[in-house]
Amino acid sequence: MALKIVKGSIDRMFDKNLQDLVRGIRNHKDDEAKYISTCIDEIKQELKQDNIAVKANAVCKLTYLQMLGYDVSWAAFNIVEVMSSSKFTYKRIGYLAASQCFHEGTDVIMLTTNQIRKDLSSPNQYDTGVALTGLSCFVTPDLARDLANDIMTLMSHTKPYIRKKAVLIMYKVFLKYPESLRPAFPRLKEKLEDPDPGVQSAAVNVICELARRNPKNYLSLAPLFFKLMTSSTNNWVLIKIIKLFGALTPLEPRLGKKLIEPLTNLIHSTSAMSLLYECVNTVIAVLISLSSGMPNHSASIQLCVQKLRILIEDSDQNLKYLGLLAMSKILKTHPKSVQSHKDLILQCLDDKDESIRLRALDLLYGMVSKKNLMEIVKKLMLHVDKAEGTTYRDELLTKIIDICSQSNFQYITNFEWYISILVELTRLEGTRHGHLIASQMLDVAIRVKAIRGFAVAQMATLLDNAHLLTGNTQRNGICEVLYAAAWICGEFSEHLEDPMQTLEAMLRPKVATLPGHIQAVYVQNAAKLFATVLRKHDGETESQAAQETSQLLIDRLPLFVQSANLEVQERASCILQLVKYIQKLQQKNVEVAEEVTALFAGELNPVAPKAQKKVPIPEGLDLDAWINEPPSESESEDEKPKAVFAKEEPKHSRSRHTEVDEKELARRREVRKQEQANNPFYIKASPSSQKVYDAPGVEHIPVVQIDLSVPLKVPGMPMSDQYLKLEVERRQKEKAERKKKEKKKKREKRGKERKADSGPESEEDITPAHQVDIVTEEMPENALPSDDDDKDPNDPHKALDIDLDKYVPYCRHLQFIHVLHIVYDIQGNHQDESKVVVSVIFENKSDSFLKSMEFNVLDSLNSKLQRPEGAGAHDSLTVPFQLPPGQDTHAFLFVSSVSVSIVAVCIDCFLMQSDESSTHEKLDFKLHFTCTSYLITTPCYSDAYAKLLESGDLKGSSLRLEGINMPFHHLLARICFHHHFSVVERIDSCASMYSRSIQGHHVCLLVKTTVSIDAKCDEPSLLGNVLDEIKQTFSKC
Amino acid sequence: MIKFLLMVNKQGQTRLSKYYEQVELGKRAALEADVVRGCLARRKEECSFVEYKDYKLVYRQYAALFVVVGITENENELSIYELVHNFVEVLDKYFSRVSELDIMFNLDKVHIILDEMILNGHIVETNKNRILALLALDKMAES
Repeated sequence: MALKIVKGSIDRMFDKNLQDLVRGIRNHKDDEAKYISTCIDEIKQELKQDNIAVKANAVCKLTYLQMLGYDVSWAAFNIVEVMSSSKFTYKRIGYLAASQCFHEGTDVIMLTTNQIRKDLSSPNQYDTGVALTGLSCFVTPDLARDLANDIMTLMSHTKPYIRKKAVLIMYKVFLKYPESLRPAFPRLKEKLEDPDPGVQSAAVNVICELARRNPKNYLSLAPLFFKLMTSSTNNWVLIKIIKLFGALTPLEPRLGKKLIEPLTNLIHSTSAMSLLYECVNTVIAVLISLSSGMPNHSASIQLCVQKLRILIEDSDQNLKYLGLLAMSKILKTHPKSVQSHKDLILQCLDDKDESIRLRALDLLYGMVSKKNLMEIVKKLMLHVDKAEGTTYRDELLTKIIDICSQSNFQYITNFEWYISILVELTRLEGTRHGHLIASQMLDVAIRVKAIRGFAVAQMATLLDNAHLLTGNTQRNGICEVLYAAAWICGEFSEHLEDPMQTLEAMLRPKVATLPGHIQAVYVQNAAKLFATVLRKHDGETESQAAQETSQLLIDRLPLFVQSANLEVQERASCILQLVKYIQKLQQKNVEVAEEVTALFAGELNPVAPKAQKKVPIPEGLDLDAWINEPPSESESEDEKPKAVFAKEEPKHSRSRHTEVDEKELARRREVRKQEQANNPFYIKASPSSQKVYDAPGVEHIPVVQIDLSVPLKVPGMPMSDQYLKLEVERRQKEKAERKKKEKKKKREKRGKERKADSGPESEEDITPAHQVDIVTEEMPENALPSDDDDKDPNDPHKALDIDLDKYVPYCRHLQFIHVLHIVYDIQGNHQDESKVVVSVIFENKSDSFLKSMEFNVLDSLNSKLQRPEGAGAHDSLTVPFQLPPGQDTHAFLFVSSVSVSIVAVCIDCFLMQSDESSTHEKLDFKLHFTCTSYLITTPCYSDAYAKLLESGDLKGSSLRLEGINMPFHHLLARICFHHHFSVVERIDSCASMYSRSIQGHHVCLLVKTTVSIDAKCDEPSLLGNVLDEIKQTFSKC
Repeated sequence: MIKFLLMVNKQGQTRLSKYYEQVELGKRAALEADVVRGCLARRKEECSFVEYKDYKLVYRQYAALFVVVGITENENELSIYELVHNFVEVLDKYFSRVSELDIMFNLDKVHIILDEMILNGHIVETNKNRILALLALDKMAES
């Protein structure tokens, strides 16, 4: 034995430690992977040894390798071994490794429950601390459920070091096990006023994080936070509190009004930029939530904008960035105040830093108006030309399109200008956003009917100059626009001046180098153009032109028939055959134009993207009804685990599906409708939703003569700048005319009425260049309006939406009117299993100072109050504190007790009325010790569990719960949490659970999804009580 | 809330990584490479905040070493920026002039320091002496 130890320590001398490993990796730069694999082999050897020091060293090295990206999950069990070392230095290495490698899928985690529980209750605060830290990284729903009570107890630990950690971990526990939130909340709230600033800050952090997701449940804490905000000097805490208020104010505008003043004071006084920034942000949020139009608040907005301007002008890039970020928030509600700083923001577009430029772009998006759109886009186009790096240029491009197309092209007064901009953008080399430009072109051409003539002319030019776009085949993202161009030319070919020329351009051999989907559109639209040409020459007998066109198609289409792309091939061969047939008819002098045109007749209307989803379900269609009978469930029952428990009752539900008759169906439909009517999230049909645009026929559209003052025939591309100039001129002209009219009017009505100043033009004054009819996207009839299409049903925070002000059923309340309010909770004691702990919160409800309190229990056979040594058997305990009116405090009492009982308690209160006189109040009450209080969550492994059941010492009983309507795992979680059970194993439709009483009695449960519970226990009275209590718990919900 | 904290050198090698929300091991490498590329490419005169997917990155450079913190939308960037400096100051105090090698050789200790400062993605402690109290104890136990 001794030899083995000596040998072990000699071996250790040659082991590599972390430093050696790091050095080794640096020395083997060329064959790093090979070196590491030999190291891993060594580590595997080290892990096999008994010496815990060697193991810890190996695990430490594994942590480093894990960081480098190596999978070390194979060592999970060894990590657990090191975690359970009694020496802190090793323990922390184990916990560190666990926190880095373990995740919800790690199966050894379930082995750690007991170890962690032991560490949590360790007398050494650092053991507890390291366990808490580790837990925060790898807590699973099971661990959260099993340890929630332990961590909750630690929130009231004597050491602030533990308290603050426990408080923070609770947030993770809430997320993993939402049921713990309600019972833990009173204690969490208490921690907001903890004497230690660290604990206070931790509680603020947790509540902030909770309130961010479900603010309405935390409104009642506002006064407390208000107090903290005005008293705290810790900037980190202040930032969090101010953030929290930002989340609360939208729900309670009165709070907002109260906040403005202290926040503006802070803005003026603080020197910390982070705090200033936070205050400005929250003031903005507050002002957004307050109804606008409050005169006195424009001052606060002004102050914010001023401060932000200072930040943006600062030479520190970080401040500049944040300033722009906050500015964009103001923009949403107070665009006017930001628009006056346009100069500053345009200036930021020239910044060296890309993120700052991008933020400035975001701001521009919100700053455009009908008046300045052209000017701003012009500036952006200049930047596009200057921009280095394609990412930024692409960003500029998308922003230009975003800015122009926002809210249904609201700010565009001249669509010719917009088409020109789009055409100019196609000249960008190597952009990825060809499809974006293409979709804009299609959108505008389809929806703005008045622009079609111009758009078609531009697209024809594009098609003619296609070689400019496709020159560089390597980066031909831009050639996507040809897709749009070809389609527009084909669909609206009646606007084409020279369809023949465009047709020729679309059938050039070079086209075959384009991507397949574009070629397909080319081919299809060539056919449309063909029809147009035929119609143009309709009536002319033996038209030369028409026949030439047919010949052109017959000559060029075979190229596409050979295409490798199926779509192109198929379309080309169809059309080729069609044209050949037409040619034959033409040669016989048959009129074909009308029939060919009929192939492409009819208008295509734009359809809203969500239209399909919103088609209402027709009356009588029941999607829940079975089409075919499903196979009966009975077969699967054979595979159930051995019936150790009482036999299962025959199921009633087996023949459910066969009995469904007409009546039943009708009834279900009715129920479903009822449900939908009550469900606020179900989108109902309402008359207002029938906004379906009756797309008027083409003849009803007021097509205004387009003023073609721009020479369209400019070879090459149009210049958007000319439109800008023209627009300015036009506006001036209009303005002058208006003024003239106004003057006339004024002359007429002089003295009667003072006209508003005609200074800067207001939005409404600008009339669009041509009357434009923007076709609304089509929706199905009876479409249902809805906004909740994009909500994420998997958000873990949803489960934490719990109204915390409601009555808490988990702790028991006792109220002595006017004097005391007592909340108590009873739990088994982990340290000493013959005792239970009664934790009591006393709250002084009276108006007087509670000077002292004495607490006494009438001892019985079953239970006894734990009294300090030397005290008599009937002496009362003095509760060691005094209570000012309205305050509460927490105390623990230990009671030795062995079974279910009712303990009579007597409290003597000495209330101080004034300095001299005091009154004495005697209160008697009873504490109900439920048997659950004697159960201690104890994990049990399935083999031990099976042995226990087979031993035959246990008596059985069972229970059926009626009317339970909750997911199975919630049911299990509830039993675990309220009755201190742990899940041993879960197989499909049933789960086995285990718990142990403080006297060592075993309690086993088998819970089935049919909500029946079979229980076994070696103590019949305990068994009956436990089942009764479980029944009670579920009758409350 | 803080999502992760990384320390990387100029060559893009990770020297410390800590995730406050589970990220699969396979995805970590890709994320780290992405994040590092985003930060290393930036020049000195550019701001220290980068938008990356749903995160915001706050980074600071110390000689050849970068500290990068990934945070959620609702975190105050400037306070995290200060936190990073605080962290480096604590390291400096413990290792007396910290270097890249110190961090590699004492990975476990750096983790302890970090865990004392940030827990569960929230700042718990910023006082240097209190942060180092645990390590002082550890030192005593070792000697």
